[in-house]
Amino acid sequence: MNTPATVPAPLVALTGNPNCGKTALFNALTGNRQKVANYPGVTVERREGIAVTPKGHTLKLLDLPGTYSLDPKSPDEEIALEVLLNKRADVEAPSVLVAVADATNLERCLNFVLEIRALGKPVVLALNMMDLAENRGIELDLVVLEKELLIPVVPTIAVRKEGTATLLDKVEEALARVRASQPVQIVWHRPSPDELRARFTEVDRIMKLATKSKGRAAEWTRRIDDVVLHPWFGHVILLTIMAFMFQAVFAWAEPFMDLIEAGVESFGVLASGVLPEGPLQSLLVDGIIAGVGSVLVFLPQILILFLFILILEDSGYMARAAFLMDRSMGKVGLHGRAFIPLLSSFACAIPGIMATRTISNRRDRLATIFIAPLMTCSARLPVYALLIAAFIPNATVFGFFGLQGLVLLGLYLIGIAFALIVAWVLKKTSLRGPAPSFMMELPTYKRPSVRNIGFGLWERAKIFLRRAGKYILITSMILWGLASFPKAPENATEPAIQYSLAGKIGNAIEPVLRPLGFDWRIATGLIPGFAAREVMVSSLATVFAVESEDEGEVERSLVEKLQTAWPLPTALALLVWYVFSPQCLATFAVTKRETNSWLWTGANFLTLLVMAYVFAMLTYQIGTVLLSA
Amino acid sequence: MSKITRLLGHMQCGEKGTIVSVGSGPMREDKPEKEGLTERLLEMGLVEGSRVEVLHEAPISGDPIAVSVRGALVGLRRDEADYVEVLEDSE
Repeated sequence: MNTPATVPAPLVALTGNPNCGKTALFNALTGNRQKVANYPGVTVERREGIAVTPKGHTLKLLDLPGTYSLDPKSPDEEIALEVLLNKRADVEAPSVLVAVADATNLERCLNFVLEIRALGKPVVLALNMMDLAENRGIELDLVVLEKELLIPVVPTIAVRKEGTATLLDKVEEALARVRASQPVQIVWHRPSPDELRARFTEVDRIMKLATKSKGRAAEWTRRIDDVVLHPWFGHVILLTIMAFMFQAVFAWAEPFMDLIEAGVESFGVLASGVLPEGPLQSLLVDGIIAGVGSVLVFLPQILILFLFILILEDSGYMARAAFLMDRSMGKVGLHGRAFIPLLSSFACAIPGIMATRTISNRRDRLATIFIAPLMTCSARLPVYALLIAAFIPNATVFGFFGLQGLVLLGLYLIGIAFALIVAWVLKKTSLRGPAPSFMMELPTYKRPSVRNIGFGLWERAKIFLRRAGKYILITSMILWGLASFPKAPENATEPAIQYSLAGKIGNAIEPVLRPLGFDWRIATGLIPGFAAREVMVSSLATVFAVESEDEGEVERSLVEKLQTAWPLPTALALLVWYVFSPQCLATFAVTKRETNSWLWTGANFLTLLVMAYVFAMLTYQIGTVLLSA
Repeated sequence: MSKITRLLGHMQCGEKGTIVSVGSGPMREDKPEKEGLTERLLEMGLVEGSRVEVLHEAPISGDPIAVSVRGALVGLRRDEADYVEVLEDSE
C-alpha cells in the first residue's frame, strides 16, 4: 500500500480562480520548502514546493497561475492549460489536481471546478477561507457538495494552516486510486458560449442544493468602495496613498541605505587592508565592491516599494487603483494595471518592470516595460542635484517657486510626457492589436497576511540580488578595467583616467558627442555611468581630479569646477540626456529576463539612446543660439 | 409598469436588473463583436438569468464601471458592458 521510498514524489497541481487564496494555501502546505523559477521561454513564475502528508510521504506541489477558465487569455493561463493537458516537456503530468475555491463565493469558483473535473483527472476540492464564510453566516452542506460534485471536499483556512492535514490525506487517497486504475486520456476543447451557459446552470443547481444559509453579503467591501471609488474622493485617496508610499520609499529607506553604504565602504577598507596594493586590490575595491555596492544600495528602496505593492495587492486595493486609472492609461492604449508598475519606476525601474507581471496582455506588458525607464528613478537624482546646483540659479520665480525645484519638476514631466508618447506610438505601430479588455474582478477586501507578504518580499529580494547582482558584477569588472588600464605614465600631468581605455574611448567618441556640447570628460564619465546612473557623479569627480575625504567638500569643489568648465547649454543638454539615456545595465538585464527577447531589449535600449542623443543635441543647439542672440 | 431592456454599458450607478442576453444580441447589431468577448463576459459571471447591479463608476469619465454579479464585483469598460442586455427592474 505504501509507496517505496525510491519512487519519485508524485506531482500535485493547485488550480483555482484568482483571489481564492490559492497561493496562501500553497504557502501553508509547503512552508519554506518552496522555490520560484520561471517556465523556460516565458516569464511566468513557476512556483514549486514540497509537502509532507500526515502519513509521512512526500508530495511535489505545483502552484498553477490563477485563472477563471482553461481557455487561455494570457501567457499565465496558457501555462496552466499546458500543464493540465500534459503538453509541457519540462513539467511532468500532475497525478492529482487540487481545485481551490473561495468558500465565501463558491458560486463563482464552481464553474472552474466543473471544468477541471471534466478533464478526467482526480480532483480534490479545497474550500478555502472557511473562517470568512463563517463570519458572514454562509453555511454550506459539504456532504451534498461531495455527492453532487463526486469529488472529495475539504474545508481549509490557509492563513491559519487549518485543514491542510486533511487535504493532504485526501490527496493521498486520490493518489492511491490513480495507481490502482488505468491512466486516463486528458481531453479538453474550448467551450462554446452555450457550453459555458450550461455549466452555469449546473452551478446554480448544485449551489441551490448545497447552500444551507446564504449569509450576508460583504457589506464592508461595498462601503469601502463607496469611499475609495467615490467620484471625487477616489482620486484624492489614490493620490494620498501614492504620496505616502513615495515619502516612505525615500524617508524609510535612507537609514538603511546609509547603513549599506557604510558597510560597503568599510568592507572596501577591510579588503584593501588585507590585500596588497596593486591591480587585484583595485579590482576588488574600486571595481567589484564599489560597483556592486552602488546597486545594492537601492535594495532598501526596492523592498519598501514592494512592501507597499504587496500590501495593496493582497488587500484588494490594487484592482481599484487599476479601475480608477484605466481611463487615463487607456488614452495611450495602456491597461489600468500599467499604472502601478510605472509609478514604481519613479523609485527604480527594476521593481517597476518586475511588477508588470500583473498585466496579462503581452502587448500591453511590453509597452509598459518599454517606457518604465523613462520614469525618473531615484538614481538620477544625485546627477540632477549636482548639475542643478551648479548651473541653475537658486532664484525665485512667480513669487514662491524656486527655479531649481521647477527645473527638477520639469525633468520629471519631460520623462512622463515622452513615456506616454512612446507608449502611444508603440500601440499604434509594432504593438498594434485589438484593444485589450479591461475586465477584471475587484476582489473583496481582505486583511493582508503577514506570511504571504513576507514570502513575496523575500522572493523579490532574491530576484533583484541574483539578476541585478550577476550583471552588475560582470559590468563593474569590465568598467573598472576600462577605467584603470593602461596605467598613467610616471610623469603624468593629467588625471590617470585620461590615459586609460575609458579615457581613450571618451576621446574617441567625443566628436560624436560634440553636437551635444559634451567634452571628453563627459564622454569619459558616461562610460562607468552605464553601471548605475549615479556613478556619473563620482566618475566626474575622478575626471576633474577632485580629491577630498569629505563628501560634501567633493561636491562643492566639483560644482565650482563644472561651472567654469561647461557653458550652460552643455549642462542643460546633459540633464536632458539623463532623462532619456539607457544608462542602467541592471534595468536592461531585468528587461531581458522579463521580455525574454534580446531583440526587444535591444530595441528598447537603442530607442532610448537615440532619444537621449537627439533631445540633448536639440537642447544644446537651441540653447547656444538663444544665449548668443 | 413596463419593464425595459437596456444595455449594461448605458446603465447608471444604482440601476439593476436581470441579464437577458450576452453577446451580440438584437440591440447590438450595429457593432461587430470583439473576438472572445462573449466567453470572457460569461466567465466573469455575466450570464443570462443572473442579477446584476451597477455599483460604481470611475470618477470623471464614468468609465469603467463596477457591477455586482453572481456574488462578485466585476470592473469592465462601458463598451464591453454594452454586449450585455439587462431587463431593468422598474421602480
